[in-house]
Amino acid sequence: MTSRAVVTGIGVVSPNGFGAEDYWAATCGGKSGIDRVTRFDPSRYPARLAGEVSGFSAQDHLPSRLIPQTDRMTQLALVGADHALADAGVSTGDLPEFGMGVVTASSCGGFEFGQGELRNLWSKGGQYVSAYQSFAWFYAVNTGQISIRHGMRGPSGVLVSDQAGGLDAIAQARRLIRKGSDLILSGGVDASICPWGWVAQLAGGRLSTSEQPDRAYLPFDTDAAGHVPGEGGALLIIEGAEAARRRGVTRVYGEIGGYGATFDPRPGSGREPALRKAIEIALDDAELSPEEIDVVFADAAAIPELDRVEAMAITEVFGCRGVPVTAPKTMTGRLGSGAAPLDVATALLAMRSGLIPPTTNVTLAPEYDIDLVTTLPRRTPVHAAVVLARGQGGFNSAVVLRSIDWNGPKEGNEHGIR
Amino acid sequence: MASGEFTIEDLRRILHEAAGESDGADVDVGTMDTEFIDLGYESLALLETGGRIEREFGITLDDSTLFESPTPRALIEAVNARLTVREPS
Repeated sequence: MTSRAVVTGIGVVSPNGFGAEDYWAATCGGKSGIDRVTRFDPSRYPARLAGEVSGFSAQDHLPSRLIPQTDRMTQLALVGADHALADAGVSTGDLPEFGMGVVTASSCGGFEFGQGELRNLWSKGGQYVSAYQSFAWFYAVNTGQISIRHGMRGPSGVLVSDQAGGLDAIAQARRLIRKGSDLILSGGVDASICPWGWVAQLAGGRLSTSEQPDRAYLPFDTDAAGHVPGEGGALLIIEGAEAARRRGVTRVYGEIGGYGATFDPRPGSGREPALRKAIEIALDDAELSPEEIDVVFADAAAIPELDRVEAMAITEVFGCRGVPVTAPKTMTGRLGSGAAPLDVATALLAMRSGLIPPTTNVTLAPEYDIDLVTTLPRRTPVHAAVVLARGQGGFNSAVVLRSIDWNGPKEGNEHGIR
Repeated sequence: MASGEFTIEDLRRILHEAAGESDGADVDVGTMDTEFIDLGYESLALLETGGRIEREFGITLDDSTLFESPTPRALIEAVNARLTVREPS
């Protein structure tokens, strides 16, 4: 029997909340983390708003040895990993080191560190480039640093598929659990609010140039005109159900129940975008019907053409206004590889609370026939959720999450899974 | 600064700037003969430290010198040997 992959710990570092509880309170309260960029002077750039994790000082959380060798995204990821492990009650020293792995997603690597070292290279010369540049910019560096810090030496890796990567990493974690790993730390944290990261994102042509924090990122609104980027994300502790039982886990957030990933057809081919198919594959994988899904966390690109594709995919699978849809990322901005893991964490917290957090600031455009949860959180039981994420270049991923009655009566081999 | 001798204080300062402070014993007179690896500094930390010593003291340390100087005493001696060679100019 292949093991079910259950989530036992959540670590969040988000523009509107540091730590899962702080984030959840902010998100249900509609508190935004979007404001004018402070990490550099944005006045000469067309886009000037971001979701920044303000007040974060790596020295307060990490050993001195790690500071000179890490980009900000890695510092945030290391703290998020600490939170997730603590939340799951895991003492990594007590578990077999090769039974634990790390799979994160990354969308761009350590841009801020890399920018500093490139500046040293062209302004002073090669001798002034940090030896740590050899890995600090790396896509895989968050995985590597978390693995080293906690002695997690089992199967590990990094997924790079822009924002969809956050779900692809979690799916890979589930695959590794099914192959016999006990515990995989997974998710994503990105942070590239620096001039180099900024121009790279500007080149993508999808950034909002609005200067009003509450009008800049409006997915599914008639005024949708691009997104606000942000930094942060979430890391999750994913364990095999049997391994979690062995460890004496008493609280489980839910199960990674299904996954689907597709790639869009070539632009101009006239063929249908593949997001709908990704949702259908994920539902089949989870053996759930659309009627059994209680909420969809949207990718929420805020580019009219992409919003149309997403609204249509949701409507085709779930019916007109057939399922509540939300995008709390309107309060954080799009976090690159961190966005979808944060949505997964949010969906699991929604299951725990029976509360769907809102899509703030948005007035649903009349052309979209979806049940968008706006303004205030909606109280309703959540047993199953779908999280969607798309990456620039045609990546579509969908994950299905399912609640578990972990401490309820056990049904045969099913470990009390609904 | 870069005049005269390379001291234990110079090494400690540059090591901290380059690679941070270790959780273990710090570099001082009592740990002159403790290997860097046992002080919590691996090869990359030494490479970065070596680069900073080169820049500040205007000398060249090849990689083999760095890795053949496993203790603070050995590294300080290696740096000072190069400073002495440089002195006449």
